[in-house]
Formats: sequence, C-alpha cells, structure tokens
Amino acid sequence: MNFDPRFSGRKFSSVGTRPIRPDGVDKVTGRARYGADFNMAGQLVGRVLRSPHAHAKILKIDTSKAEKLAGVKAVITAADLPDLTDGDSAMYDVLDNCMARTKALYDGHAVAAVAAVDARTARQALKLIEVDYELLPHVTDVDEAMKHTAPLINDTLFTEGLEEKPVKPSNVTKRSQFGHGDVHQGFGHADFIVERSFKTEQTHQGYIEPHACVASVSSDGTADLWVCTQGHFVYRQHCAQLLGLEASKLRVTSSEIGGGFGGKTHVWAEPVALALSRKAGRPVKLVMTRDEVFRASGPTSATSIDVKIGARKDGTITAAEATLRYSSGPYAGTWAEIGAMTAFACYKLDNVKTVGFEVLVNRPKTAAYRAPSAPMAAFAVESAVDELAKEIGMDPVDFRIKNAAQEGTRSSYGPVYGPIGIGPTLEAAKTHPHMKAPLGKNQGRGMACGFWFNFGGQTCVDLNIGMDGSVSLAVGTVDVGGSRASLSLVAAEELGIDYAQLKAVVADTSSLGYNDMTDGSRGTFSSSMATISAARNAIKILRDRAAQTWDIPVDDVVWENGHAIAKGEKYGNLAALSLKEIAAASGKTGGPIAGHSELVADGAGVSFATHICDIEVDPETGAARVVRYTVIQDAGKAVHPTYVEGQYQGGAAQGIGWALNEEYIYGKDGRLQNAGFLDYRIPVCSDLPMIDTQILEIPNPNHPYGVRGVGETSIVPPLAAIANAVSNAAGVRMTHIPMSPPRILAAIEAERGG
Amino acid sequence: MAGVAVSTTINGDHVEYLCQPDETLLDVLRDRLGLTGAKEGCGTGDCGACSIILDNRLVCSCLVLGAEAEGRIVETVEGMAHGDQLHPLQQKFLEHAALQCGICTPGFLIAAKDLLAKNPDPTEEEIRFGLAGNLCRCTGYDKIVRAVQDAATVMKKGV
Ligand code: FES
Ligand code: FES
Repeated sequence: MNFDPRFSGRKFSSVGTRPIRPDGVDKVTGRARYGADFNMAGQLVGRVLRSPHAHAKILKIDTSKAEKLAGVKAVITAADLPDLTDGDSAMYDVLDNCMARTKALYDGHAVAAVAAVDARTARQALKLIEVDYELLPHVTDVDEAMKHTAPLINDTLFTEGLEEKPVKPSNVTKRSQFGHGDVHQGFGHADFIVERSFKTEQTHQGYIEPHACVASVSSDGTADLWVCTQGHFVYRQHCAQLLGLEASKLRVTSSEIGGGFGGKTHVWAEPVALALSRKAGRPVKLVMTRDEVFRASGPTSATSIDVKIGARKDGTITAAEATLRYSSGPYAGTWAEIGAMTAFACYKLDNVKTVGFEVLVNRPKTAAYRAPSAPMAAFAVESAVDELAKEIGMDPVDFRIKNAAQEGTRSSYGPVYGPIGIGPTLEAAKTHPHMKAPLGKNQGRGMACGFWFNFGGQTCVDLNIGMDGSVSLAVGTVDVGGSRASLSLVAAEELGIDYAQLKAVVADTSSLGYNDMTDGSRGTFSSSMATISAARNAIKILRDRAAQTWDIPVDDVVWENGHAIAKGEKYGNLAALSLKEIAAASGKTGGPIAGHSELVADGAGVSFATHICDIEVDPETGAARVVRYTVIQDAGKAVHPTYVEGQYQGGAAQGIGWALNEEYIYGKDGRLQNAGFLDYRIPVCSDLPMIDTQILEIPNPNHPYGVRGVGETSIVPPLAAIANAVSNAAGVRMTHIPMSPPRILAAIEAERGG
Repeated sequence: MAGVAVSTTINGDHVEYLCQPDETLLDVLRDRLGLTGAKEGCGTGDCGACSIILDNRLVCSCLVLGAEAEGRIVETVEGMAHGDQLHPLQQKFLEHAALQCGICTPGFLIAAKDLLAKNPDPTEEEIRFGLAGNLCRCTGYDKIVRAVQDAATVMKKGV
C-alpha cells in the first residue's frame, strides 16, 4: 500500500498534548517488570568468571572442581560457545567479547560461567574454576596504543583505509577521512588560526539497571529469552547466530528497561545465559553486578583530538581541520569515523578535513553512548571555535551564527542539508534571558552547539481494533522513556479518537515483524511513521465497512474525527458512523479490523542544539558547579513535549557528569580502579540546578508530522559548553575532560605560575 | 547454612520467612517475597534504587540483612498506594513525567515520602540534598524535584 511520508502541515489535536503515559501507574507502584524482576519455575542462577588481567593468554581452564560442587548444574567456557560466525568478523568479536577464546583482552573479560541452584553456590563455584594465564604486556591509553612500541593487541589487524596496505599489524585498525575543499589554501586566507589538542576520558552510560536476563532453552531447539534491551529483534538475531538456533524459534521478550543510552544495544551476557541454560536443561537467570557493568559493559571511547580552525577578521571561517583518535576497546570499531563525521557538522565550510583513527586498547569493547562519538568531537571543535571568536573579538554566538550551516549547505561529512535547526537554535540562544542574566563572583558563562544525524530504519507496527472500539497498538521499538505515550498520541491523532481509547505495548519477537533497535533517536520517529501508516491502513478498512453498511461506493466515504462520513448531498440522511459502531458490527461486515505497517523509515531529519550554561569555579579547590543551564533544541515536532523536555534534560545532565566528573581510572596494572557508583560519580540531585529547555519545531520534511529524533543531541554540547564556561570563569582553557577539581586547580595554578 | 526464621511487618501485613544469615533484605524482598519494587542498582549503598523505610528510617535494603527485619516495620513502594488510590507523590511523579525509564522511581518515591514526613515544606535545596542518595540517570532530576514540590503542596492542603 502506498504511504506518503512527506510532511503535510496538518493541525494537531492529540499530538503536542501531555497525557500520562500508559505504563506509568505500573512504574510508580513497583509493578512494572524490569530485566531482573522476572522468574521462571526451576530457574538457576548464572554467574560469570572474569579475567583480573588486562591482557593475558588463557593457557588452560580447569572447571572440574566447580562441576563437582553440589548444586552446580552447568559450567561453560568458550568451548561451549563454538565459533559459528562463518567469517563474519564483527560477530566473531561479539562472540569473543561474550566469552574470551584464547586471550583475555581486558580486566573484566568473561572467561567462564556457571549455573547453580542459588547465588551462593554459583559464587563458590566461580572460586573453584582454575584458569592458567600467561600475562602479556598491555596498553590502556589511546595515544600510547598508537605508538609503534605499544604492545600489539591483535596481530591479525592491519590499518584499513590507508593508500597502501601496511606491512605490519598495529593497534590502529582503521583510518577514515571526510571533508571537501582545500584546507591548506583555506588556512592561507585566515587572519586568525587556533590550533589545540584535547583529551577526553572514558565514561560509562551509567544506566541504573544492570544487564539482566532469563534464558530458557528447550531440548527441541526452541528457546525463550526475557531481557532488558534496546532491541530485542537484534538480540534475537545475534543470540540465534551465536548459538546456532533458528531465529524464529528464539522468542525474545523485552522487559521494561531501566536505562540503556546505547549500552543495551549490544549482547554480552545473553548468549552466555542461553548457553548455560542449554547445557543445564533449565532456565537460567543472569544479572550483572554493578562491578561487572563497569568492567565489562558499556563504555565510550577515550579520545585524543587535534583541532585547527582559521578565520578572517570579519569572522568567516576559512578552513577547519581535525584529527581524531578514539579507543574502541580490544576490537575494531568505527567510533573515530563517526566523530570525524560529526565534528564540523554545525558549520558551513568551504574547506574542511577530518581524519579519524580507530585505536585498540586493553579496555572493554566500546559501546554506543547517546550520540556516540559526537560529544568528544564537539568538545574539541566548540572549544576551539570559542577561542577563535575571542581572538577575533567577536561574540561567540554571533561568530557561530555567521558560520552556521543552512538549508542547502554541503555538510562536512558529505550530504547537503534540508531545513535544519542550527541557525534557529543560535538565534534563540542570542535572545534567551539566560544570556543577559548577571553573573556572580567566580562565575562564567559558556555556550556550545551540537549535532546528531538521527536514524530511521526497519520498523513494523500492528494496530488492532477491538470489538468495543478500543485500539491496541503493538510496536517493536523498545520504549526507553515514554514512547508508548507518544505513539498512542500519534495513533489517536490519525484515527481521530481519544488517547484513552488506546493502549500501546511493546510486542515480543514472535508477535511482530522485525524492528531495528531503539537507537539513533529513532524510536518515536520511525515507529510513529509506521503507526501513521498502520492507522491509515485501518482507516481504509473502516471506510470500506461503512460503505458496505450503507451500500454505497467506498470512494464516497471519508474519515473525519473518528467517524466514517458519507460525502455528498445524496447521502444527507446517512448518520456518520463512529469507529466504535463500525467495530461493533465488524463480525458481520467482514471480520476483525486491523492496520499493519512494515516500512523502512527514511529521512530522519538531522538534529541540532545550542546549550548555555553558567559555571562557578572555586579558585581554591578547583571545584566547578553548574549554576544555570539552558537547552535549546529542534524537535521537528514534539509529540509529547514533556518527554521531549525530559530527553533534553537527561542528556544535559549526562553531559554535565562527563564534563566535570566521570572517568574510568586504570592502574598501571591495567585494572579498572573505580568500578562502582561511589568512585565513578554520576551527578546527584544536589549537584544540579533546574535544567531549562526550549523546544524549537522546524518540521522534518520527511515525516508526515515533521517529527525528528530528539533523544541524543542533548548530550553533544555540554562538554564544550561547560569547558567554555569554566574558561570564562577561571581564565584558563581546559583541554582535558573531565574537568575534575584537580585538573581545574592545576590549570589555574599553571596560569598563575606563568 | 541453616536458615534464620524471621517474623516482621511489611506494608502493614504480618510476614514470616526463612532466610540465610548472609542474605540481604533486598534479596529477601525480591527473591523470597516477590516484592520486586525495590531494585538493585549497585548492591553497595550508592544508588538508592533499593530504598525502603525500616522503622521510620530511610535505608538501603541492600545494606540490611534479611535477619535484621525481625520484629520491625518495613515499608516498600508496594505499600504506598491505598487500594487504587495513588499516594500524592506517585500521582505527581506521573503528572510531571518525573520518570523516564522508571527504574529509580520506587527508590525516589520512598526517599521523597521519608523526606516529606520529616520536612513537609522543603525548599528546593532541601529536596535536592534530601534526595542526593538516589541516582537517576535519565531525568536530570528537574522533573523529580518539581513533582516532589507539587506533592508537598498537595499533601499540606490535604491535612
Ligand atoms: S542497590 Fe542498594 S543502594 Fe544501590
Ligand atoms: S528514570 Fe531512569 S534512572 Fe531515573
């Protein structure tokens, strides 16, 4: 069926309102079931043994003692997860990360697992597993790892993307490059040039819910998996592939999810739980501890970035260049590539060049974290932009406005932009009261911009109309923060019925067609598109049934405000039929009424934001405190504005933590020293002020309602906005994130000393 | 290990259970009694997701042993609503969208209930420090603070 996804500029009655979410009551009463809240009869407790070494050969694993312990029902090693990846190197890395095969590649790498009757027995069993390691030299720092003298993490990998294939393997797995024009020439035309190097440390998504699943594999080759995930269909595919199951025989149910932010787009423990269940012949529940979450899941890249930007006296940027080095953990990644694409995406540039290097280190496999790779690149670029504005003597907002990308601008990563929000967010920042508010002692104001692509992708929705006229909406994108409310609003809008008449659920993998993950801010964008399409398909049937009832041609029936209406003078005596009435008669007019949609949601509109913040720096301790914070972002169309605000605020708060505090700290031994919330300190309530938001709505031309993804962009500007504010408050340019008190104090003292 | 027999009161009901001497109250609630409202975010007292009220004191149930509940009064999120009547805090959390993923919500509700019991008219700063033992990674706390402020207003009027 033909579906026209173009923006139509309709007037909304449901979309844009703020009703209570359908899953709300369960979540405030403790009834909602998250990953660890589900149990199966006869289930065992799974636990994973992890390498204490950063880099070591696994010589031998002796599980015999553990197997003999009373209450132990299965012990597995890599041998129980044979390689079925058939040359798919990315999947092989996933497999190796789930269970180390020949080498432990980081502190926390899984090497064996047990399933036992209770947690205590499982813990005891882990202690009885003997692993012989041969320690290897390790490297955890991204710059160190690039040196020729660095310990080699994978001697089969040669740098891709070079003109000539290198003769020797190295920790640099890939070089990528983006841009256009001639930066050399561009710098020649510059009156001012700023050139700086920056570093950012590794952070974790920090979801409060640890990874958790219950796996049950039957001897007939069918299996069930209950799991907290951002993408149960993708988990099904990956688990099925790694375990040699048929995808359709593995039913994956996504639980309520206690935060993911990208971290629950990757399988870790799930294939292990399935392998344990298969071996034990019983269901297995596997829940990571917080220590495991930090040591073995998540984190972002640590980065090292050089930026050079040149501009004329009048404020026109003439050239921009960046070299970005991103750690990817011990497996090849594409993180620097994404950073290189996003780095200068906010600007209209004639000459731009970015080069990314993917770097192996003995740290956990890098995972996506909300607009992955973009915040670090924005930190470097937006810091340099601010510095350049200062050198020229221009206001930082005006300088950005002058160089902002527009509709028709060729982006630094290739495509030409449609209507975009960077200019409008900057104009809104310029006139925002926050910009004019007075600052106190030791306070500084900073601002910065951010960009994220937004994804679309494969999406499937079922909309079923009950005989009582109530509507159930089954979607396949996991609801990470209110999307069931948004999608219900969209269905209500399209059908012309009340929000309360609908109930949206996230369907399991056996009940709905394939859906991509909830990632790339695609959940509401793509599932709302499919919901609109499904609703329109249902409306066709509703009109058809009304036409039958009236015995008139269907083309004479229109759908308005939840009713079928016979159009035309001659039907003056036919009373409109409500959805309820048509549904009630459905048994006699042709059976159940439903609308389905399967589509690839193309054209996710790119997203831009501008953030403003005030920071107070204590010159004696170096402690920085956020005094005021404002987020301005384009949403395309805010379907449920309260949850859009929530996304803006949440991303800003995560960015604040990243900017000021959060970092993975490794010892010389390559072991993570702060694998807990006490020492890896995420912002608490008393660390933050209210976070003001301003939603702009520049319609996405490729969505019927103009919707753009909103979830990720908000984490992109904070690192730079805060660095710029600290710089203005303390008179020092901060080039290393996080700007923890010792780093700020050291910078202040260096400045005083100099 | 021999089990410990415990007799206690949970959300107003008399409850008896057997638990291991080293088992946390959080594990007892979740795994033995099916009260999974309290969550384990860390198991080390750092996230507050497991918050409960024990004899009128806000505690992390991951730091309390199941055996310690003997003869005491335990309140969890499951006991906050009266029948189908939500507690004002629960209602305000919904209205303000003070939850995104909701995993931290039971802990925040219990911590906020304890806060308002002790200080019915808290300032924003008192709310922020009062809830500083609970981590939320989704919301940036803005809407949580507003929900608690609003609930405090409603509760004062109600008395
Ligand atoms: S689980 Fe008890 S404080 Fe985190
Ligand atoms: S709502 Fe997700 S952690 Fe608070």
